[in-house]
Amino acid sequence: MLDTQSDDGYITADGRKIGGVAMEMRNITLRFGGVVAIKDISFDIRWGEIRTIIGPNGAGKSSMLNVISGFYHPQEGEVIYKGYKRPKMKPYQVARQGIARTFQNIALFEGMSVLDNIMTGRMHHMKANMLQQALWWGKAQREEDENRAQVEKIIDFLEIQHIRKTPVARLPYGLKKRVELARALAAEPSILLLDEPMAGMNVEEKEDMCRFILDVNDEFGTTTVLIEHDMGVVMDLSDRVVVMDYGKKIGDGTPDEVRNNEDVIRAYLGVAHD
Amino acid sequence: MSTTETASAALGELCSIPALLARNAKRYGMQAAYREKEFGIWQAWTWAETHAEVRAMALGFLVLGMREGDYVAIIGRNRPALYWAMVAAQSVGAIPVPLYQDAVAEEMAYVLDHCGARFVICGDQEQVDKVLEVQEKVTCIEEIAYLDKRGMRKYDHSHMNWLEDVMREGRAAETRLGAELDRRTSALTLDHTCVMLYTSGTTGKPKGVVLSNRNIIVTSKNSSEFDKLRPGDEILAYLPMAWVGDFIFAIGQAYWTGFCVNCPESAQTMLTDLREIGPTYYFAPPRVFENMLTTVMIRMEDASPLKRKIFHHFMGFARDVGPKLLDGKPVGIGDKLKYGLGNLLVYGPLKDTLGLRRIRVAYTAGEAIGPEIFDFYRSLGINLKQLYGQTEASVFITQQPDGEVRSDTVGVPSPGVEVRIADSGEVFYRSPGTFESYYKNAESTASTKDPEGWVATGDAGFFEEGSGHLRIIDRAKDVGKMADGSLFAPKYVENKLKFFPNILEAVVFGNDRDRCVAFINIDLTAVGSWAERNNIAYSSYQELAGLKRVLDTIQEHVEQVNESVAQDKMLSGCQIHRFLVLHKELDADDGEMTRTRKVRRRIVEDKFADLIDALYAGKDSVYTETEVTYEDGRKGKLKATLELRDAKVFGQTSARMAAE
Repeated sequence: MLDTQSDDGYITADGRKIGGVAMEMRNITLRFGGVVAIKDISFDIRWGEIRTIIGPNGAGKSSMLNVISGFYHPQEGEVIYKGYKRPKMKPYQVARQGIARTFQNIALFEGMSVLDNIMTGRMHHMKANMLQQALWWGKAQREEDENRAQVEKIIDFLEIQHIRKTPVARLPYGLKKRVELARALAAEPSILLLDEPMAGMNVEEKEDMCRFILDVNDEFGTTTVLIEHDMGVVMDLSDRVVVMDYGKKIGDGTPDEVRNNEDVIRAYLGVAHD
Repeated sequence: MSTTETASAALGELCSIPALLARNAKRYGMQAAYREKEFGIWQAWTWAETHAEVRAMALGFLVLGMREGDYVAIIGRNRPALYWAMVAAQSVGAIPVPLYQDAVAEEMAYVLDHCGARFVICGDQEQVDKVLEVQEKVTCIEEIAYLDKRGMRKYDHSHMNWLEDVMREGRAAETRLGAELDRRTSALTLDHTCVMLYTSGTTGKPKGVVLSNRNIIVTSKNSSEFDKLRPGDEILAYLPMAWVGDFIFAIGQAYWTGFCVNCPESAQTMLTDLREIGPTYYFAPPRVFENMLTTVMIRMEDASPLKRKIFHHFMGFARDVGPKLLDGKPVGIGDKLKYGLGNLLVYGPLKDTLGLRRIRVAYTAGEAIGPEIFDFYRSLGINLKQLYGQTEASVFITQQPDGEVRSDTVGVPSPGVEVRIADSGEVFYRSPGTFESYYKNAESTASTKDPEGWVATGDAGFFEEGSGHLRIIDRAKDVGKMADGSLFAPKYVENKLKFFPNILEAVVFGNDRDRCVAFINIDLTAVGSWAERNNIAYSSYQELAGLKRVLDTIQEHVEQVNESVAQDKMLSGCQIHRFLVLHKELDADDGEMTRTRKVRRRIVEDKFADLIDALYAGKDSVYTETEVTYEDGRKGKLKATLELRDAKVFGQTSARMAAE
């Protein structure tokens, strides 16, 4: 076990207890050929907090999220997850480490029902072999019942009972986003990654989504990392914010600290880079 | 009052809802009393289980210090536990006060303060938040309990409890408080207050209608017997719990008869749940039936030509034969066979899709239902009937007996109800269900209910000769007199106009005049889709409303209405002599309508006085300017030249009695 900052976290303004470090990024640099997407960034994510990454377009936010999820492996630096240095992983290993995500462009199975889509989130909780699955026998049946019960809890939680059996293709955008969140939650993740969960939503849908993110955090204690553009949302929602610009970290702290940070203001007002 | 006394005597020990529950737990112990869909599965509770749950909750309320005579507010969507909370409150001698869950905090504050609620039972966090907001002003609230735990962890729980915890504490206190609970429950008599319901009141503050056990139980008994309700019947409880109808159907009749109350999963899943449950007894306002029909028709338009043809053929046939079969009138063997075939191909599957296949009795009430809509359901073989009632009567004033159902009457007086028509045309009633009083409002009580127990409904109506059915024509205050002294009932005519899909709104004028004229608003969706199908271009409501072919169609509708109004001896004076189609839609933003889309007659009359004058002056066209408010609050002016038309009226000579 590598040494991480082993302090015991902090208490938020609204009285929630935030735990120790869940994941630590140490001097991450990520390159695509000659393009440097992320330059020497370090920060940590603590158990139970809502951590937001903001920044202008092209700042490297989505790349950062992919590094967190383990989908990209940085050329330099290391990711410490649950106290261990994380090796390069295959995609299925990525999925099994307890990090679930939603996508900026909705990535659901359009032809399948909402229920089936969410059930796919339970995939790695199904251990029955192919024969058992095919014959609907023994373990397979038991597992399906357990998984369905879990999925129904999430459906109830996100208030999407009325579209349970509706094919995803027929749903409006805001609901699709909610279904994606449901699928991510179905995996019972220890860290939930949300890539622009409110992009393209109207005010009401945004408010709903905010409430769900807060409720999820409150109810299941899920550590949440999100990327968001809407500053109002970010400031209300987050416990701590990382600000990125041109692949570099220019700010890190509570919403108030970030709001008053000179560099952040400059980046958002669009001062010329030379 | 002799009927009331005999009825009371026959009730014996069954003089409260908790007493009925105890009886049901013994008699129907293993039958389902409640079902609720949760986590995708219908969860069921038998009467015996319900009895145990209610007892646990009642004991829990005792632990929290609920006193006899306390008022207990209940706010939330229809869920078994909230119904149990009402009965549990009654068991400890308190009075349940269900509130509308969509009420804003201010309205809630008034009601909570007015009844002095010490306890509030909330469905979920949303309701708790509202109550907490209100609590700054309303000081009477001492304890809050909530049903859904979600999002509640961070709240200050010093005077707040999860309902499940309340019940757990109640179960633990059985030995200590069981005897006290039994004492309180058995002390209940028919004269104790059963429930207090606030009427939404279009004018002024809501009034608390106090209904006694006698009101509720005798009414439930009479009405259950009237429709031969039986244990094993199923209803879907989806209408607001604060509405008297829901209390009568889901508590009164359900406990009297011992049938099962099903609660939908959420408001949006109502139609799916309806289909899964297949209720045998059903109530819905006309709007719900209207929406269902529209959905069916739209889907049929998308069906294959063959299916569409079969559907229309058999529906046309059913329109003639279906109602006759339902009313038990003689039908030829050929028609019977054909109806059977139609049932196999169309009616059966359709009823199944709508979730109405098992219905034995269905009611609609609240406002007038369009004859086409009404006939559609009847022709499918669904026993849809109308009733007329109000909170102050514990619902039932009149209802239609099986076999005497028509779309334009509200039926005969319900069992035990006396109805009389005052000289002014206003309907009065007296019944065992007549409310005790308005809470803390002796003045209103006195002006509504006279010392002999007669209650004014505020509606004008008359009994039809021959059939003895009551017909409601309008609100009493809107009914006037024409210049020649005959009855002027604008809403009666307006409703007939509005039954045409092309007409959205109509306003009829004629009080103190020699003849009636009307303003019409076309329905932009219906007329717009007609224009689209016929390749008629239009750019705005105003342009569409001014098209000659549109006016021709509307004129036909008006004349059809005149023909039907002429058949009515008392109201034939209300035929529309002249009309125009308004150049703008009546809008709440312009103050022409209320937010609930009821026309403000007086304001329309003032605002468009020039148009009314032109109609009466007999002009062919008129130029007018009207101020309008846009959605962003800016004001503008609409200019238009409107065509005024004459409509054919039908003489008294051709009038037949509508009661034929």
